[in-house]
Amino acid sequence: MSVLLLLTLFTAGFQISDFRLPAPLLAVAESLTNRSIAWPEWEQWKRVLLVQDYNTRVVMTGTGLLGMAAGLVGSFTLLRRRALMGDALSHATLPGVGLAFLLAPYLGLDGKSLSVLLTGAALSGILGVVAILYIRNLTRLKEDAALAIVLSVFFGAGIAILTIVQQVPSGHAAGLESFIYGKTASMIASDAQLIATAGLLSMIIIALLYKELTLLCFDEGFAGARGYPVFFLDLLLMALVVIVTIIGLQAVGLVLMIALLVIPAAAARFWTHDLKRMMLISSGIGGGGGLAGSAMSAVFPNLPSGAMIVIVCSCLFFLSLLFGRSRGVLVRIARRWDLNRSVDRQHLLRGMYELLEAREPETGSGAIGMPFSQLLAMRTWSSFRLLRQIERCRRAGLLVRHDNARLSLTEAGLAEASRLVHEHRLWELYLITQADVAPARVDQAADTIEHVLEPELIVQLEELLAQQRMSCGVVASPHPTIEQGRMP
Amino acid sequence: MSGLENWSWAYDGWIVLAGMLCAVAASLPGNFLLLRRMSLLGDAISHAILPGLAVAFFVSESRSSWPMFLGAVIVGILTALFTEWIRNFGDVDEGASMGVVFTTLFAIGLVLIVQAADHVDLDPGCVLYGAIEMTPLDTLNVAGQPIPRVVIVLGAVTLVNLLFVVLFFKELKLSAFDPALATSVGFSARLMHYLLMVIVAVTAVASFETAGNILVVAMFVVPPATAFLLTERLGVMIFCSAIIAMLSAGLGHLSAVFLPHAFGFQSTSTSGMMALCAGMLFFVASLVSPRNGVIVRIVRRQKLALRILSEDLIALLYRMDERARDSAVSPQKLSAVLRSHTWLAAWLMNRHVRTGHVIPSESGYRLTEAGRQLGSVLVRSHRLWEQYLVSEGGVAVDRIHGQAEKLEHFTNRELRDRLDEITAAPATDPHGSRIPSEHK
Amino acid sequence: MNSSLPLAVNDLTVAWHRKPVIWDVDIEVQPGQLVGVVGPNGAGKSTLLKAIMDLVPKASGRVEIFGQSYRQSRHRVGYVPQRESVDWDFPISVLDVVTMGLYGKIGWCLPVRRKHRDIALRALEQVGMSDLANRQISQLSGGQQQRTFLARALVQDADLYLMDEPFAAVDAATEKAIVEILRDMRKAGKTAIVIHHDLPTVPEYFDAVVLLNMRVVACGPTKDVFTRENLERTYGGRLTLLDEATEAMRRRERTL
Repeated sequence: MSVLLLLTLFTAGFQISDFRLPAPLLAVAESLTNRSIAWPEWEQWKRVLLVQDYNTRVVMTGTGLLGMAAGLVGSFTLLRRRALMGDALSHATLPGVGLAFLLAPYLGLDGKSLSVLLTGAALSGILGVVAILYIRNLTRLKEDAALAIVLSVFFGAGIAILTIVQQVPSGHAAGLESFIYGKTASMIASDAQLIATAGLLSMIIIALLYKELTLLCFDEGFAGARGYPVFFLDLLLMALVVIVTIIGLQAVGLVLMIALLVIPAAAARFWTHDLKRMMLISSGIGGGGGLAGSAMSAVFPNLPSGAMIVIVCSCLFFLSLLFGRSRGVLVRIARRWDLNRSVDRQHLLRGMYELLEAREPETGSGAIGMPFSQLLAMRTWSSFRLLRQIERCRRAGLLVRHDNARLSLTEAGLAEASRLVHEHRLWELYLITQADVAPARVDQAADTIEHVLEPELIVQLEELLAQQRMSCGVVASPHPTIEQGRMP
Repeated sequence: MSGLENWSWAYDGWIVLAGMLCAVAASLPGNFLLLRRMSLLGDAISHAILPGLAVAFFVSESRSSWPMFLGAVIVGILTALFTEWIRNFGDVDEGASMGVVFTTLFAIGLVLIVQAADHVDLDPGCVLYGAIEMTPLDTLNVAGQPIPRVVIVLGAVTLVNLLFVVLFFKELKLSAFDPALATSVGFSARLMHYLLMVIVAVTAVASFETAGNILVVAMFVVPPATAFLLTERLGVMIFCSAIIAMLSAGLGHLSAVFLPHAFGFQSTSTSGMMALCAGMLFFVASLVSPRNGVIVRIVRRQKLALRILSEDLIALLYRMDERARDSAVSPQKLSAVLRSHTWLAAWLMNRHVRTGHVIPSESGYRLTEAGRQLGSVLVRSHRLWEQYLVSEGGVAVDRIHGQAEKLEHFTNRELRDRLDEITAAPATDPHGSRIPSEHK
Repeated sequence: MNSSLPLAVNDLTVAWHRKPVIWDVDIEVQPGQLVGVVGPNGAGKSTLLKAIMDLVPKASGRVEIFGQSYRQSRHRVGYVPQRESVDWDFPISVLDVVTMGLYGKIGWCLPVRRKHRDIALRALEQVGMSDLANRQISQLSGGQQQRTFLARALVQDADLYLMDEPFAAVDAATEKAIVEILRDMRKAGKTAIVIHHDLPTVPEYFDAVVLLNMRVVACGPTKDVFTRENLERTYGGRLTLLDEATEAMRRRERTL
């Protein structure tokens, strides 16, 4: 965006009758591009890592707190499915910054003071909120259009005003462009204090209204019906976004501010299902990203700080996406493997039991060996998959392998197998008697369900089917099994 | 200090033309972004192309336009793809995944740009310098005329977009309106989605070179949104959006050159002002749009409120008349019972006098025969509704009056007859008042 | 493979997140019939139609339309979705919506021509809306929206129509108009499968019914199948245990 800003500044510069580049703009261009990256000395590393510099300490405190506050507020906006609202509101602050600088002298204030500029930013951010609500509630347009309109129009206005600010004698020195792409290096102790105050304020509001905001995000309709002022809670949430945004302007800039609001919260979502924990993790990721990012831009002073903070946060996001404990991709793959493995095991044990049953109606002992080939033919599984499963069951002590490629169940294996077969047949019976499933298909139908049977369901099934129960504990199969139908 | 000395047609004319072309090029596909509720995608893509530009720069080690163009378009499409992947794999809601993708890409782009400026031997702001050459000074000779390169590029993009919208008009329309039907008759809604993304990326990149993404993001959304408020026909909407886009480009440059002079400054950023003008046009349209404008709706609501009040006055007179025939009622009493301003009631009663529903007399107003007719219809509707609510809806007797009070103003003859039929033509309402009959 | 059968569904199971929504559905529909699909809420009626049209993935089973797959016989199928499935603020006119039914025939990139508009106008006449052809869809009443969708299906000139609750929340006049059109269709030898909610009108409107509650409870000519006993089996006795088990399965799957 800085580049874009400069582009516009240049075009603007060109319209002034002589086509000479205005000196202040040239300086801006240099500040952005004339940066050489050199590998820092060890001394420099040490200074940053041990936070020896007073300046680094200030900057890191500021960005860390900012990340934490943004992570907290971002959790709510994410859950309210308004993740991109922050994008529109942060862009909406720019005209306020410029106007505050231009108008401050007339009010007897110092246009360069951060608090004046941020007040302007807050005011125009609030105007942005009003504009979003106006478009959403009073026209036929939907939310996404409202956000995009506010974002682009306010930003356009901001650029136009900043171009004018450049023409004021002290305008360039004010460094307003740093609000667009962020510049942590210029942060001083009072700025960090401001961030801390605002961040603390938003944390207190969230702590006080935690359950109301949760309700708003979860079920707006219910909240309204219970008499909560939904509109004002919504407004409050947007106000929180504005607060966090304006304190983030200096550190990461308005274009990348949205990253701090969205990325930590989205990343935290992969780790937990608990909202409180999610907010903790989210603020941790935001704070960590802020610390690490500003540390890196302190070590490599020529890297743009805002971008570094965002890149660190996105790295954390992708790590969470992969490794997140509750919804991460790897965990889900592992769970699927687990399920498939337990399904395979159940199939194997049940297959062995059915073979056994066919061989010897009086299921007394599982010690009779059965050939591998027969098991393989029972289902569509590869011999590799079957072998692996057999090996696993053997290690669990459920079956024994004999040398002539024959297998037999152990005592424990038999017990487990008869339990599984019992459950499977209970389901079959239920489906036949209650759900009108044809006996020819019932095996397959029961197969899809039984792997998740919970004990209480089994009890209910048994009660329901009490009359069909066999005395031996394992119900007889309601459809022809191996000997008539499926014997290979 | 008029600023006129800064205006030259030979120079500013080209700027306005470039702005208009950029605005039209963006607003054409923007209509479909708006209707598919993906307005923010334009913003996301135009931010995300930055690393594409930078990488292309690294690879080709030049600032020739083609590799940059290609790189940016590829990254633009990747943005759409990544957004979808993260949404699917990570189960993250669409807005959030878009936010993650485009900010990450933009941050990477910023870092790369800093590097690029370093690795290739260039003067300060190499990337910027390239852009400067693309402003009206950088001309190509076409048929012996020097025409700015930017105008040629944007003209080509506008033409491509126009062709795209015209050729695929019905496919775009169908897949935006009813994706299931589109897919089931053989126009894959997904394919159309990605075609649209390519067009958006191309437009963003081409405009990025000249006007910066402020202008292009605004033009993707604001003119189509304005047009959406003004019309209910898709063809007209697209046409309107193009006109509005051109208008805001023209006005934008004019105000950029002249407006700051009023405050003693020199001219300001053209693309910023173009975006601002588009926003102003949108605001005006949202107020005065003939069908949905805020002002129009306020007026309509006031008119309805007036009609209801004026009908209530007649109904009230009718009820008084029921109790004591030909009784006159003072305007003060009327306005007190209906809780309205005295002057409003007096004004409405004057209207009734003119339409012959009411005769003024010394002590107040009396109904004429026509007025009595109107009143009986209203009161009949009211009492029929009360009866219906009690007998069919099972509503408690003490709560029916308020509802019937509203419904009576929206009840026509047919509805009254049906109410009469359903409630078995009662003689009195639940409160025991007589229901006036109506000539069949 | 029977190319005269408008619709043959074999062993169809559809699952969302592996939770079966419909299960083991077998239906054969004879040509020239009006078939009502009846069942409680959440019985999977809409899902059945969507699965027939490949709009939702099938877990198992086969659907044949005139002896071919849906892809091959797509041009012979007309679909009337539920009214709520689209955005009625969309800036187009009634005629535009109706001509959409012809887009498949018109083909990529070619514009809508006069003859297509004439076809659409004729269809609007059939549903009694010719005077509203140029009205914007945002100004239509519920019944008019439904008729617009019906006209769109009519211009598709299909042989098999799939309609998702065309009678839901429409006025009496629209209901009558729809029934008239359905009967005209039957006379022209077309087949319609209609999801229906209002039980008392079933014998009057439909030649055959499918009673659906996750699985097909009964299926056949209305006079044989539409019995009190079958209805009780459809609407009564929910398969609570099955629901519980599938719910448990879904919970488990969702964490995967």
